[in-house]
Amino acid sequence: MAERLHRFRGGLELPGMKEAATASPIRVMPPPKRIVLPLSQHIGEPAKPRVAPGERVLRGQMVAAAEGVISAAIHASTSGTVVAIEDHLVPHPSGLAAPCIIIDADGRDEAIEPVPLSDWENRDAGEIRERVRDAGIVGLGGAAFPSWIKLSGNRDQPLDTLILNGAECEPCISCDDMLMRERADEVISGARIMLRALHARHCLVAVEDNKPEAAEALQAALAKFADPRIELVIVPSRYPQGGERQLIETLTGREVPHDGLPLDIGIVCHNVATAAAVHRAVVHGEPLTSRIVTVTGGGVAEPCNVEARIGTRMSELIAFCGGYRGDVARLIMGGPMMGFTLRSDDAPVIKASNCLLAGTAEEFAPRRETLPCIRCGACADACPASLLPQMLYWHTRARDFERVQEYDLFDCIECGSCDLVCPSQIPLVSHFRYAKTEIWGKNEERAKADNARRRHEARQARLEREAREQEEKRRRKLEALEKMKSGDAKKAEIAAALERAQKRKEERS
Amino acid sequence: MLTAILAMTLLALVFGALLGYAATKFRVEDDPVVERIVAILPQTQCAQCGYPGCRPYAEAIAKGEADINQCPPGGEAGIRALAELLDREPKPLSAEHGVEKPKLLAVIDEQTCIGCTLCIQACPVDAIVGAAKQMHTVIEAECTGCELCVAPCPVNCIDMVEVPVTVRNWKWPEPEKWLSPMKDAANG
Repeated sequence: MAERLHRFRGGLELPGMKEAATASPIRVMPPPKRIVLPLSQHIGEPAKPRVAPGERVLRGQMVAAAEGVISAAIHASTSGTVVAIEDHLVPHPSGLAAPCIIIDADGRDEAIEPVPLSDWENRDAGEIRERVRDAGIVGLGGAAFPSWIKLSGNRDQPLDTLILNGAECEPCISCDDMLMRERADEVISGARIMLRALHARHCLVAVEDNKPEAAEALQAALAKFADPRIELVIVPSRYPQGGERQLIETLTGREVPHDGLPLDIGIVCHNVATAAAVHRAVVHGEPLTSRIVTVTGGGVAEPCNVEARIGTRMSELIAFCGGYRGDVARLIMGGPMMGFTLRSDDAPVIKASNCLLAGTAEEFAPRRETLPCIRCGACADACPASLLPQMLYWHTRARDFERVQEYDLFDCIECGSCDLVCPSQIPLVSHFRYAKTEIWGKNEERAKADNARRRHEARQARLEREAREQEEKRRRKLEALEKMKSGDAKKAEIAAALERAQKRKEERS
Repeated sequence: MLTAILAMTLLALVFGALLGYAATKFRVEDDPVVERIVAILPQTQCAQCGYPGCRPYAEAIAKGEADINQCPPGGEAGIRALAELLDREPKPLSAEHGVEKPKLLAVIDEQTCIGCTLCIQACPVDAIVGAAKQMHTVIEAECTGCELCVAPCPVNCIDMVEVPVTVRNWKWPEPEKWLSPMKDAANG
């Protein structure tokens, strides 16, 4: 097990900035008047609506079903009437609108009858996975990957370790910290359910050493459950400790292959909040309809952690926390390192919303002018993924996307460490994000072009075949005509012969 | 001395026979250069290059009959890729063949369509469905935006529209462009 901790490469010591929001306990926000549920809140295909406008729905009722393998169901987060299924602003860096189910709450907050899987200890792993899938649970650390897929294990290799990620290394975010402090039992219970689903041997719950209260609460919960398979590990606070690959390296000293998954080395990593959601879905039969969101920053009157219904609009969330204060320069979903700016507070809280950061002008000084790269290599030292950001930047600037991929652009976890240390203030991660979407777009274009080529070739082949068939038909017709003509000639001959015979007869008589 | 000469002659004969056999046995039928040019061309099949499709144009380039700057949908990036493949100097897009445009999509106004099938016959990738005197429509995912269906339509019911930007195909802008509006605001 984890007697000795290891150290991941690169990374930074960052200030926590979590005190403001951890001073008070989690506040439960009542359901708002209007719920906006984007159909795409997770990685993979958007969910498919299962309700029609005008329909009454209850809390916990599935309103959109998973579509395809990698997708997640979406549930109504309060009772009310579906008023529309239309485009609404979503929390996305593009600031664009996307299809959403919009529900007007009736204020009664009635829930569907929960169906717990209380004897889960005797249930099959498949049944647990099915339950997690039907509850619409996705990775709540921010990536929002459908969790049931990550509970499937690997047939070829027995699973060794389940890691519960409670590192929460990014400054300002404290939703997992507060969850562990107040609901440690749920996390540990979730871990036990996940161990059952995965057939894993043991579980490590990793918490950074700047969260002593959370560690204490988890220790108490562990004592209560007395499950020898689960162990609490305190890891050093170092950004990005909460990165999946970084945390695995810290705990086990092993590196996940750059083109592989943690599964390949017998490890699966889940967020602590995901474990708590699994507990709720299995033990209480509650689908995922709310999550804890850290609302913080100098621009919020009362920074705190709020348990908000999925679909609550950011503006209402801010209002619940006492409204804006002072001069808010930027509203960010996620943390200051990896989050993105929201165009408007009209966007709803989604399953991936771990933090809402309202930063004042002093907190977010406008970016100073970008200077040329001096090739100091500070970014390469800071990179936790062992990349060479300066080379990636160089080739991205030249739009040489093949070379960028040779330098393993897709291993970049966009943690922002290189940005922070760059003495020339080059927005490196922005360049890498640009390169990534550009490459995805090009690959898609290429696939479309290949498809078009195949269709064109098939069409050419068809046209040729049709022309050939036409030709064949004409030839046959011509032949038949010829035959018919030759037939006429014979008849004429016969007629002529008959005529001659007749004549001879007449002459004789 | 004689043995050496004999041995060398024998070896030469054996290797010669081997090479000769390989040359006929493993002969490459297709011209690999054409295939590689085809892989670069955008497969729009728009015929703006003056050839009846991307493959004929690729064959013409390979033979040296056509220049590398006649493909407007491929644009500057396409010309650069061709120049690199063929080891030539890149040059600007030839103006007589057209201009580089954002990717378009054909949309049939189904109210106006009379079901004449002319556009179906014109579409190089069979992306239009319909039948005589029945309404036609474009299969969005298959349309290459070649515009070949626009001219034959007797009632002008086909529009070319830009492919809409959604959350799923949105791309991060290049940082300099991303920052410039803020800079402009600060300066202005």
